[in-house]
Amino acid sequence: MSDFTRRDFVKAASVSLTILALKPAANLLALESLPELSPLMAKRWALAIDLRKCLEEKNCVKCIEMCHFVHNVPHFAKPKDEVKWIWKESFEAAFAEQDHPFLSADVKVSHPLVMCNHCANPPCVKVCPTQATWKREPDGVVMMDWHRCIGCRYCIAACPYGSRSFNWRDPKPFIKKLQPDFPSRMRGVVEKCNFCEERLAKGQLPACVEACEAKAMVFGDIEDADSDIRCLLQTRFSLRRKPSLGTQPYIYYLV
Amino acid sequence: MIEKALQGDRRYWTWLLILGAVIAAGTGFYLKQFHTGLTITGLSRDVSWGFYIAQFTFLVGVAASAVMLVLPYYLHNYKAFGKITILGEFVAIAAVIMCVTFIFVDLGQPFRMLNIFLHPSPSSLMFWDTIALGGYMCLNVLISYITLKAESKTLPPPKWIKPIILISIPWAISIHTVTAFLYSGLVARPFWMTAVLAPRFLASAFASGPSLLILLCLILKRFASFDVGREALRKLAEIVTYAMTVNVFFILMEFFTTFYSGIPEHAEHFDYLIHGLEGKHGLTLWMWISWIIAAATLVLLINPGTRRSEKILPWTALLVVVSIWIDKGMGMVVTGFVPTPLGHITEYFPTLPELMISLAIYGMGMFIVTIFYKVALSVRSAVAR
Repeated sequence: MSDFTRRDFVKAASVSLTILALKPAANLLALESLPELSPLMAKRWALAIDLRKCLEEKNCVKCIEMCHFVHNVPHFAKPKDEVKWIWKESFEAAFAEQDHPFLSADVKVSHPLVMCNHCANPPCVKVCPTQATWKREPDGVVMMDWHRCIGCRYCIAACPYGSRSFNWRDPKPFIKKLQPDFPSRMRGVVEKCNFCEERLAKGQLPACVEACEAKAMVFGDIEDADSDIRCLLQTRFSLRRKPSLGTQPYIYYLV
Repeated sequence: MIEKALQGDRRYWTWLLILGAVIAAGTGFYLKQFHTGLTITGLSRDVSWGFYIAQFTFLVGVAASAVMLVLPYYLHNYKAFGKITILGEFVAIAAVIMCVTFIFVDLGQPFRMLNIFLHPSPSSLMFWDTIALGGYMCLNVLISYITLKAESKTLPPPKWIKPIILISIPWAISIHTVTAFLYSGLVARPFWMTAVLAPRFLASAFASGPSLLILLCLILKRFASFDVGREALRKLAEIVTYAMTVNVFFILMEFFTTFYSGIPEHAEHFDYLIHGLEGKHGLTLWMWISWIIAAATLVLLINPGTRRSEKILPWTALLVVVSIWIDKGMGMVVTGFVPTPLGHITEYFPTLPELMISLAIYGMGMFIVTIFYKVALSVRSAVAR
């Protein structure tokens, strides 16, 4: 300890101070080289899916692949372990209440994309015993904290749309290509669509919307009277899944 | 007092050793589950609760049923239950411990369990169930300890314990009510979303719990030469009779409302139980066994001759437990998920690790009951001498 003289201290201190002083400059440089978009904000995010446009590309799964890629969603061969954020269902499964034998053929064969509905009254949020899932105010995104979730799966029992998945085993070995920008999950926690809140924060549209070449998905602020989604809902007839339950979903289906 | 558990004959120690082996085997399987995740169970994305949660539900009922002894003894001063009330309280304690363990093994991240207290969420029924079960456990530990201690000194229990005993009566009702609310408030699961679920839970609990106690009393009579008396047994059988009748009545109410209204999303779950859906009928045989046994027990219970016969009573009690265990421990939880909210039929069958872990938890409960009963009976025989 006695070897450490006053002179050494001054030297060490000046080096440290220089580093500290340089850091903001370095940050500034990084910022200049990578221009960030300002975050997208809304009073209330919503998504409209045009079933007719989606049907034009019947076997297209680009939105699903993109979503699952950017969010490190694992792919399990066994359906028992399955984890999914967005997928296609038969019309009958997605809209049991609207289904009948004489439904027009194009609706009957449509395979609506289903995902978390980001409900105004989310039953999953109500039942969570640790507030690991909550509705973000004001934009209404139903969020999840994967570090707080205890894996009780009460939210899965409570969701009337089957939108939530559980990590029955460690998902990491089953992620096709790890995306470093987004966290991967651990086993024993629940996950679901997050309305791409991480992309919205960077000024980007949700991955599924961006991936859709048919432009069948329209994302926007439903409280904004001039937004595209609002105009669309004014002009086209739309459905929501299980409206009788009072959950108030914010995913709209244009038929 | 507790040291009495350390003095026993060869039979006592052999029994504990067997239970210890069962617990050890189950612990081994749990370590595997802890390491690889709940994928080693039969649970899936579609059926995300199964055997563990169902056992939890059944055992909450067993815990609550102690009130069927506490209420007549302490509120109505029904002396014939003087000898067995503490036995009921001990079963309740063991049942609550098993309940908590079943929840623990069902969690994906069990070491985060304390998040329930760190981030209390009054909107979640699970929060209230934790409080109800924890409180009930504390009440029963306190009450049984104080009353047994007084008994060991041949003194009446202290006066201050009486109000606490009285609180434990509605509290017992609350644990099973809140447990029913866990299910009956979910818009996603029409099978559970019925106002009769909580009353039905209580009725089935008050039939199966006292039946279990009848069996325990008869075991004690045979192996520990402890006779609870004919009157107590007969009264327990009467309680079972009323409760089982009400339970069957409630089940029939469910059938009426569901099938007369004919709302598909309600009826489909019952269809799955009665004859299966899309060729999948894993629970059908079990449920029919449960219903037929329930009907048979009603005959055996309501008929005074068979109810009072000490030869037939143990079989009747066993049948009641089996019928309700199938109903709650197998049918009730899983059928809520079949079909799924999207109308898919995915079946669920527990796997070997799941069954072994469950067996170990039941073994642990029996271990606790054995030790507690040993202490209580030793205290009693010391007092008698």
